[in-house]
Amino acid sequence: MSTRLDARIPDGPIAEKWDRHKFEMKLVNPANKRKHTVLVVGSGLAGASAAASLAELGYQVKCFCFQDSPRRAHSIAAQGGINAAKNYQNDGDSVYRLFYDTVKGGDFRSREANVYRLAQTSLNIIDQCVAQGVPFAREYGGLLANRSFGGAQVSRTFYARGQTGQQLLLGAYQALERQVGLGRLRMYPRTEMLDLVLVDGRARGIVVRDLVSGAVTSHAADVVVLATGGYGNVFYLSTNAKGSNCTAIWRAYKRGAGFANPCFTQIHPTCIPQSGEHQSKLTLMSESLRNDGRVWVPKQGGDARPPNQIPEADRDYYLERKYPSFGNLSPRDIASRAAKEVCDEGRGVGPGGRGVYLDFADAIKRLGVETIRERYGNLFEMYERITAENPYTVPMRIYPAVHYTMGGLWVDYNLMSTIPGLHVAGEANFSDHGANRLGASALMQGLADGYFVIPYTVGDYIGSTKLERVDESHPAFRDAERGVSERTATLLAIDGKRTVDSFHRELGKVMWDYCGMARNEKGLTYALEKIPEIRAEFWRNVDVPGSAAELNQALEKAGRVADFLELGELICRDALERRESCGAHFREEFQTPDGEALRDDQHFAHVAVWQYRGDTQTPERLQEPLEFDNVHLSQRSYK
Amino acid sequence: MTFTLHVWRQAGPTAVGGFSTYEATDISGDMSFLEMMDAVNESLIERGELPVAFDHDCREGICGSCSMMINGVAHGPMRATATCQLFMRHFNDGDTIYVEPWRARAFPVIKDLVVDRSAFDRVIAAGGFITAPTGGARDANTILVPKSDADDAMDAAACIGCGACVAACPNGSASLFTGAKIAHLGVLPQGQAERRERVLRMIAQMDEEGFGGCTWHGECHEACPKAISLDVIARMNGDYMRALWTSHEEKQEQGAG
Repeated sequence: MSTRLDARIPDGPIAEKWDRHKFEMKLVNPANKRKHTVLVVGSGLAGASAAASLAELGYQVKCFCFQDSPRRAHSIAAQGGINAAKNYQNDGDSVYRLFYDTVKGGDFRSREANVYRLAQTSLNIIDQCVAQGVPFAREYGGLLANRSFGGAQVSRTFYARGQTGQQLLLGAYQALERQVGLGRLRMYPRTEMLDLVLVDGRARGIVVRDLVSGAVTSHAADVVVLATGGYGNVFYLSTNAKGSNCTAIWRAYKRGAGFANPCFTQIHPTCIPQSGEHQSKLTLMSESLRNDGRVWVPKQGGDARPPNQIPEADRDYYLERKYPSFGNLSPRDIASRAAKEVCDEGRGVGPGGRGVYLDFADAIKRLGVETIRERYGNLFEMYERITAENPYTVPMRIYPAVHYTMGGLWVDYNLMSTIPGLHVAGEANFSDHGANRLGASALMQGLADGYFVIPYTVGDYIGSTKLERVDESHPAFRDAERGVSERTATLLAIDGKRTVDSFHRELGKVMWDYCGMARNEKGLTYALEKIPEIRAEFWRNVDVPGSAAELNQALEKAGRVADFLELGELICRDALERRESCGAHFREEFQTPDGEALRDDQHFAHVAVWQYRGDTQTPERLQEPLEFDNVHLSQRSYK
Repeated sequence: MTFTLHVWRQAGPTAVGGFSTYEATDISGDMSFLEMMDAVNESLIERGELPVAFDHDCREGICGSCSMMINGVAHGPMRATATCQLFMRHFNDGDTIYVEPWRARAFPVIKDLVVDRSAFDRVIAAGGFITAPTGGARDANTILVPKSDADDAMDAAACIGCGACVAACPNGSASLFTGAKIAHLGVLPQGQAERRERVLRMIAQMDEEGFGGCTWHGECHEACPKAISLDVIARMNGDYMRALWTSHEEKQEQGAG
């Protein structure tokens, strides 16, 4: 097999590629569309928007989610906003600038052509969402309001209070339910994909488990779209929902789909610090807070005075000091590492010294408490509810937490994986954010993929491919169903001594300690020894109660953790092999004299794509070289 | 802290349910109610018993999955707070706590504390949307929405679809949920074209699902984790009356050419 992957990027100048490609695509006659079935797994922004748009076009669409309703997908929890290059504020924004900021923000590890298309479609997304009735924030004159966000010097972020993800998802969900009501789309809630089925090398369906009855069944199709989100829960503690998991993409990986840049995992700088060992998840405080909040720690370690009694002279506003031009709005990876650094120096605040202050006193003085309440009221309430501290009077304490995964299944320009017929959208793919995602860009990418890319490229695939008729009676489905049932039976039969959660916590701690905000060869090598040990004990000593033929949440968790125990190893392997620092991937061995990420463009200006070769063999590391014809490779500087 | 929990256990939709009593020990005030339930479940598994099934996901109060009646109150004692955002510091050491699933005809129990809320999805599918197929939308800023209208729409749109309103209502009515969607879309200029059909269809579906009628108890608002205002029900009723008064005939579509 060739060790270089072809992303099938269309020819021509970057600004014309997408339009030209759309024109050259094969179309499917309206009468023929209803003869083709498309499966969409996941109902978040990418999944719901893709499913609704494909059903509107006339395809037979089935959509699956593990939650009890498609409206609960974790996109719902995104707070801050969605970027679009509308330039409504006349502050110099443009498609090109959004493209530029995203490539640079991703530390030159994303694919230019995809990012440019993302910036282009951002314009349509806002129009589409407003047409659906998404209640974006408005100015008094009725025009849309914008705010600025980390990693950008223009105001291009559209928002709906602190609930932007919720409102965008409800827009997509309502479009999806409309298709359900019209009988064009069938929704399968409480249903989990447990395998991908290939026939003649093409993705032709999935095997699912009905989470209520436990029944294992198959669905055949012409195209499978995975929009199953990220894998941040491999760290156990993250801002992801408890159910967020890697199972769908991991099964696809084990069926041959390449996994790209798994070590690109984003640590969000502004989360509520952990309060104790019982913690089940971490809660993010929107990055938008950094617009008005100032980040600081005491100048001296061990300063035990309450924050309000520490005079200005004894405070270190370290982001403003180190990055004067971006200050508190420095990109996420930089802000996270800076927080870790001051805490490592012993200057952290709160329990265990793992926290920094995010202080609104100046903003309240400047703008008044009402303005701050209007902007962030719900976030402040949430903070107070969790910590029992009032951020209007006492500075918030924040600390970085795992939040988003830039890595994911490799896709070409058409968002198709290395398996023909398997498309991947949203956070589940790797495509647009490189080594670091900018704030308010995840919602943009999910909706760009779902509304404006997948509906075209799926049509092109169907129109240009001779697809033999395949249904669920094909032996490949029987085999996959048997595999799923056997695995379930094995998990239930182990009858060991430890709970699933205890293994998940143990894995998460190894991942966070050795493959978190800073990584080094020694730690990664240790993690690569440790994770297989945890995995071996899991399969020997896990206790999964109950049976397969019922609602069994422990069994669901066990299957997901078993997959995390494999993915964790791949993440560490990828982190070890990438002997450079870039974006969120910080290898301590590779840094500039002042502690910034030091890229090695000569050896690593590529996407690392891992190809599964069986459980007993090390996966193969393929490459997609990245070329930067428009945004020139340079050292990122936010100083 | 230590608590005595009486938790509703029910093996399946048709099984007979009942309370089982568990001690929750070594609980910190910084634990959320669900983290306390996690601890109980871990100890149940270690003792060889089946853990309590309950819906939960984001644990940030926004996905609407969690759904527990705590001491007879939907989402427990804190106002405007979902179960996942309820912290044990709001209970007293030694308290006895009753935990039950949502109780409503339209939300049948699946297992333990897990209920079937798919009726909500069907109410939305009946009309809780603005028809705006992908593509072809005009520039967003050509639609002006006064800030106060956008704020009202957002207040209503904040609904997380958890079903606490139904569980809290003596009639098992979904009026707050349905009214919230009708208000969200009906306040906006984009939502006007379908306003009449929307309210007729959503209310018809609500009735078909077995939700009760609204008799203005206001319990729904008290239980709502987003404190959705009763105004949305008034608005829904207003739209409904207007829709009933306006006669409306489907015009036959004619073929062209």
